[in-house]
Amino acid sequence: MPKIIIAQSKCKGCELCILACPKKNIRLSQKINKKGFHYVEIIDPDKCNACGLCFQVCPDVAIEIWK
Amino acid sequence: MKKLFFKPESLTDTDHKYCSGCGHGIVHRLVAEVIDELGIREKTIGIAPVGCAVFAYDYWNFDVTEASHGRPPAVATGIKRFLPDRVVFTYQGDGDLAAIGMAETIHAANRGENITVIFINNAIYGMTTGQMAPTSLLGMKTTTSPFGRDAKLAGYPIRVGELLATLEGTTYLARCAVDSAKHVLEAKKAIKKAFEVQLAEKGYSLVEILSQCPPNWKMSVPESLEYVRKEMMTQFPLGVIKDKTKV
Ligand SMILES: Cc1ncc(C[n+]2csc(CCOP(=O)(O)OP(=O)(O)O)c2C)c(N)n1
Ligand code: SF4
Ligand SMILES: [Mg+2]
Repeated sequence: MPKIIIAQSKCKGCELCILACPKKNIRLSQKINKKGFHYVEIIDPDKCNACGLCFQVCPDVAIEIWK
Repeated sequence: MKKLFFKPESLTDTDHKYCSGCGHGIVHRLVAEVIDELGIREKTIGIAPVGCAVFAYDYWNFDVTEASHGRPPAVATGIKRFLPDRVVFTYQGDGDLAAIGMAETIHAANRGENITVIFINNAIYGMTTGQMAPTSLLGMKTTTSPFGRDAKLAGYPIRVGELLATLEGTTYLARCAVDSAKHVLEAKKAIKKAFEVQLAEKGYSLVEILSQCPPNWKMSVPESLEYVRKEMMTQFPLGVIKDKTKV
């Protein structure tokens, strides 16, 4: 199973990754980070297939993916 | 487990100061990945612009210097001629490259300087909060064109790539976007090609990247992506504009 790590403190909640994820597996958290943004979170880690499309569009390089 | 997607070595861990959804950060990462893949981190010198990317030297983990507004091609010319074994590139916005720096841009291209130019076209002056740029679209509302850009008053949006394609000195010119993962991957290919042209000493290369600026376009991030696709790409079509390495 792939491991996807999102650096919450770097995320600015732009939602580009939410739009890019083909599995619709990313959402905005109800919580906000120190920058004042609702950061993104993975909905179901088991559904991630490590395609990396979220990583490709992230302007803040806040996503890291292992497999 | 293997790391599949991660921050390239050529990027520092410094948080970007860019607005939420801004295209600059994506392009910074692409440049860094290409430099890592080509193994040229130790011999690359970047030239940061005046504009939102003014702090690019904090984000890239290789040598970066700063030029005054519009002058990166002149600074790049000096560095590359003095240190021809280095890989030299400029990173410039549309205000920097196509307004105040248009003379430097055209003459460096016309001389066929062996440098690479990464050109962020967001059709606006981002840093100074949204004035009209030479690339602003007709009808586009900016702080200096509150009723929309009027060709009678302000002329037409300049297609920089096509303009430079007429100069014999240019070798590789392409236009990309960072509105979707597919286009991001295409942009990376074009950036890599541009650096390869320089490494092969084949002359001037430029990659123009259509980039969203949601706050100054007064749009949400999804709206700004639609604007890139529907409006920007109509005026500024994507693709390779010129490739002299193929002839
Ligand atoms: C000589 C000079 N003139 C004007 C300015 C003010 N100024 C700072 S950034 C900028 C325009 C930036 O727009 P662009 O190059 O498109 O970069 P962006 O912020 O959109 O990425 C201007 C006019 C300056 N810093 N120096
Ligand atoms: S003003 Fe525009 S170009 Fe500048 S950081 Fe914000 S989104 Fe990016
Ligand atoms: Mg600009």
